[in-house]
Amino acid sequence: MVSLSNEEWLSALRAADNQQALEDLRLRLGRALHYALSGRGPDGLLEGLEEDIAQEAVLKILASLDSFRGESQFMTWATKIAVRLAFTELRRKRWQDVSLEGLLKVEEDQDYTPAILADRTPTPEQQAEQTMMMETVQKMILESLSERQRQAVLAVLEGGAPMDEVARRLGTNRNALYKLLHDARLRLQKRLAAEGLSTQDLMALFSEM
Amino acid sequence: MMLNPETLKKMILILTNTHAGEISCDECFDEIDRFAEIELVGKSAAEAMPLVQDHLERCQDCREEYEALMAALKFIEQEKPAE
Repeated sequence: MVSLSNEEWLSALRAADNQQALEDLRLRLGRALHYALSGRGPDGLLEGLEEDIAQEAVLKILASLDSFRGESQFMTWATKIAVRLAFTELRRKRWQDVSLEGLLKVEEDQDYTPAILADRTPTPEQQAEQTMMMETVQKMILESLSERQRQAVLAVLEGGAPMDEVARRLGTNRNALYKLLHDARLRLQKRLAAEGLSTQDLMALFSEM
Repeated sequence: MMLNPETLKKMILILTNTHAGEISCDECFDEIDRFAEIELVGKSAAEAMPLVQDHLERCQDCREEYEALMAALKFIEQEKPAE
């Protein structure tokens, strides 16, 4: 395939008769997606995805041409847009049967007794101290976070769900969710500091568990 | 809501590395094409764009997409006619 410069791409796509350029772009993106998605899902999930997403990406790229700053090659920029669309769709398909409750996977009445290590048995006093510290930290986390932040934290950390899917179920987008979680983390940092607990001390405590 | 000990551990570790200057997913996406091209030519994108690197270490969704982008770009590079 012939390499076009950024200017050549932009010129061809903006021309009145841009059909050939659009088709060329669609084909290239289809190939790029084939490599991008290779091995990233069962065949059933990927079937037809490359062609559909390549087409969708062409439309999105056409609508976003003015935002291309020329800091990278046009095809790199275009490919990243196509890859983002593809993964958003792949995640949606993969998780479509899982509700928000399913993502949260909360275990009620969690027992905080630390796991007994094969080569070391904490004394009852050590065990009690660890349990108490865990409960203290747990309480701090619950008090510092909004309900929305708690749900987000659980779903992402404990449920292992993609941010895209957690965001969808919370009625928001991934970027906003990231910022929500970032704010939560900063709040927790401050709260721990205010209580005189360093994260290093806590890590040391947990590493004994 | 009760967090299990492993999740609590994960959270504490994440808190250790949290800082106010983190960039968001959109900001990372905005720069990822430039980041990828630096890596492709064998330079250290992590050094050139540390905030993007930092975000990729935290955000699984963005990291997954970046790895897929690199896979695609490497094959495209291989297919280019010799100049």
